[in-house]
Amino acid sequence: MSVATAAPPRAAVAPEPVLEVARLTYTYPGAAAPALRDVTLTVGEGELVVLAGGSASGKSTLLRAAAGLVPHFHGGTFAGRVRVGGLDTREHGPGDVAAVAGTLAQDPEAQVVLTTVRAELAFPLENRGHGAASVARGVEEAALALGIAHLLDRATTELSGGELQRVALAAALAGRPRLVLLDEPTSQLDPVAGDELIWLLRRLNEERGTTIVVAEHRLERCLPAADRVIALADGAVACDAPPAEFLAWAAGGAPELQTPAAQLFAAAGIAPPPTGVKQARAALRARALLPAAVDEHAGAGAAAVPRPRRRDRRAAALSLEGVWHERRGGAAVLRGVDLVVAPGERVALMGRNGAGKSTLLRHAAGLMAPTRGRVRASGRVALLLQDPNDFLLHERVADEASAAALAAVGLAGLPGDQHPRDLSGGERQRLALATVLDGGERPAVVCLDEPTRGMDRRAKGALDAQLAALAAAGAAVVVATHDPEFAAAVAERVVLLADGRPIADGPAAEVLAGGWYFATETARITDGRALLPAGAAALLAGAEASR
Amino acid sequence: MSYRRRASPLHAARAAAGAAWCAALAAAGLTAQHPLVLVALVAVVAVASAGAGVGREIVRALRWLAPWAVAVAIVNMLVVRDGLTILARLGDVPPFGQVDLTLEALVYGLLFGLRLLVVSAAFALMTMAVDPDGLLRALRRLSLRSALAAALATRLVPVLAADARRIDEARRCRADGGGRGPAARVAVLRAVAVGALDRALDVAATLEVRGYGAATARGRRRVRLGGGGPWSRHDLAFGASAVALAGLATGARLAGVGGFDPYPLLDGGDVAGAAAVAGALALVALLPFLDRRGIAA
Repeated sequence: MSVATAAPPRAAVAPEPVLEVARLTYTYPGAAAPALRDVTLTVGEGELVVLAGGSASGKSTLLRAAAGLVPHFHGGTFAGRVRVGGLDTREHGPGDVAAVAGTLAQDPEAQVVLTTVRAELAFPLENRGHGAASVARGVEEAALALGIAHLLDRATTELSGGELQRVALAAALAGRPRLVLLDEPTSQLDPVAGDELIWLLRRLNEERGTTIVVAEHRLERCLPAADRVIALADGAVACDAPPAEFLAWAAGGAPELQTPAAQLFAAAGIAPPPTGVKQARAALRARALLPAAVDEHAGAGAAAVPRPRRRDRRAAALSLEGVWHERRGGAAVLRGVDLVVAPGERVALMGRNGAGKSTLLRHAAGLMAPTRGRVRASGRVALLLQDPNDFLLHERVADEASAAALAAVGLAGLPGDQHPRDLSGGERQRLALATVLDGGERPAVVCLDEPTRGMDRRAKGALDAQLAALAAAGAAVVVATHDPEFAAAVAERVVLLADGRPIADGPAAEVLAGGWYFATETARITDGRALLPAGAAALLAGAEASR
Repeated sequence: MSYRRRASPLHAARAAAGAAWCAALAAAGLTAQHPLVLVALVAVVAVASAGAGVGREIVRALRWLAPWAVAVAIVNMLVVRDGLTILARLGDVPPFGQVDLTLEALVYGLLFGLRLLVVSAAFALMTMAVDPDGLLRALRRLSLRSALAAALATRLVPVLAADARRIDEARRCRADGGGRGPAARVAVLRAVAVGALDRALDVAATLEVRGYGAATARGRRRVRLGGGGPWSRHDLAFGASAVALAGLATGARLAGVGGFDPYPLLDGGDVAGAAAVAGALALVALLPFLDRRGIAA
């Protein structure tokens, strides 16, 4: 495998290294193959580096090595050297490295360890022996930097996923570390919270010079802010270059790592690939392929919420009629939701964390009962909840689902006696889907709650194909997702929820076209004329031909 | 099942004192031999829970634990062949072989079950009434491994409880329903147990990267037992009660007061001694709950 490398773009003089990895090869205990192979890289002071790669490419392991968790916490076989802020991780454990590097993992619930936000932020400072005044100041500054000062006295159990992730990041930053390591920090956040988090990182990097290394599947979020991209494949560095050069390399070497904008340019035969919406629009404008004025599409995305007709309700696979869910002693989570989904229809539910998407799906599946209103389905409602691991109750794959169900989700080749927890993330997701689809009665409705969390593009493509097959067989498919690209690919209709009620409901081409947050990157480049790169490329080809 | 600050003497005590009191109660359950003492300790935990404002939650936990205690008794009766009072001869029962059910084995198994109830309920009470943040701070003074283990114990219960809720919800979504009644409960429990190691690793990794294991000598000196400040009346009361409970339980065991051995033939054991030990333990354990001054949340 060839390794593309280039010098960091910003500084004329190479910055002082904060992270140095030299010939690192690491194998987890009991693993047959190394998770990292002969990795050598350097991250300089003040750089913002994005780690790219498919699932199991070694991104998380590299971050754990930089945090000192590998090998001190995980054990295994470690060869080579990792130095963080001058500390050799063979001699210094994660506790020592924490003074130099703050770490943020994927799951916010597993990294908040105390009961109040203030205690959580104070914890790393207290551990380092700071005095009371220093702790109080550190807490205040971290809270202000992350915009969570209003949460300081809240219980951590009351926070949403987005708030928890900010608190965890604030705790990682509380001691003002020189280096921040983040492992897919936006995977559980809605588009608004995800973009806010990336902007926060950018601010920290630009205003304070904090060095940032972030692993992310949705590269389009990070590339505009990045100095370098390091792509890993099968545990080795496949590319280490500035974003534009990385995208040029990805076009040939790893198409699944291309951003939608880069895919669009590649399909339209335009070079070089853009690193973000701004560059893409500038390039298209320069070629007179982007109309200067915004036309009738400007109003797109504001699709009114239609009132379901009685005839539609009768024929519906799923019908929610004036559904309210009011928590005892708490707020209303759903507020009079009217929704009808026809057999074979594919609907994406979108909205911010806490908008009511998961609660709506739980009502559809009968896990929750409405406090007012009615839910009706024409048959069984299958619901795949967010974490596929929660569905694994047995010790053999064959005990989890029938052979027919396994075949239906593309797992026919799996050994029946394999332990479900030994499967890859994508395979577990499909196995979980098999457990909810199994049985004699074919489901009339298939609901999925955030099925693409932490999935790479290849796995998303496979899931998209499965859902299309289910819909073709007559099942209504309802997917709650934060991923506009996935929603555009999988759904013909998008319902946008806010504060427990639909605020937009219409064809995906309308709802995902005009917004800032709930819009695909392609839609933002093309002013909503196309949602996905292939459609946009065809549009550009037409524009080119008509000139 | 998680901590929430309430107006109770146990909540008002510093974490180190409250945790020591709960641990002493559990230790008393482990050292007690006589069923009378164990029944008294179950009652003490229930009354203390009511005094701490978490009675309903603890009763719910006891109700959930009771079938497990009975299961322990039944398994003991099936696998132990000691005891002279034969209740039934079952003949050859695979995989146990020749099975004679004896009254003594049943009673001995019930003792195990009662111990399980006392220890589990005492730690459930600790989870709900002892500030985990304060405990985590107090434990920083100890060695990394023991502190980490104890910190995990305090943090993991709420995390696993949330996991159990989610897994049970996922079970209900399975096409086969994941079983019903006790079978479903066992399936969920097994899944939580399997995932517990992963969760423990997640929480432990977070503690490590927050520098928990690297508290400097200077930092350790700053951290006073239980979070600093002068000891309040409740700190002193629960601290003293913990010491007295541990002393009483150990003393009674060493002196053979309240002894009980069901084998080979069941008799009442030292009933008078057991009654005295049970009364003393109950008195010492519950006295701190009588003082309700300065307990506001």
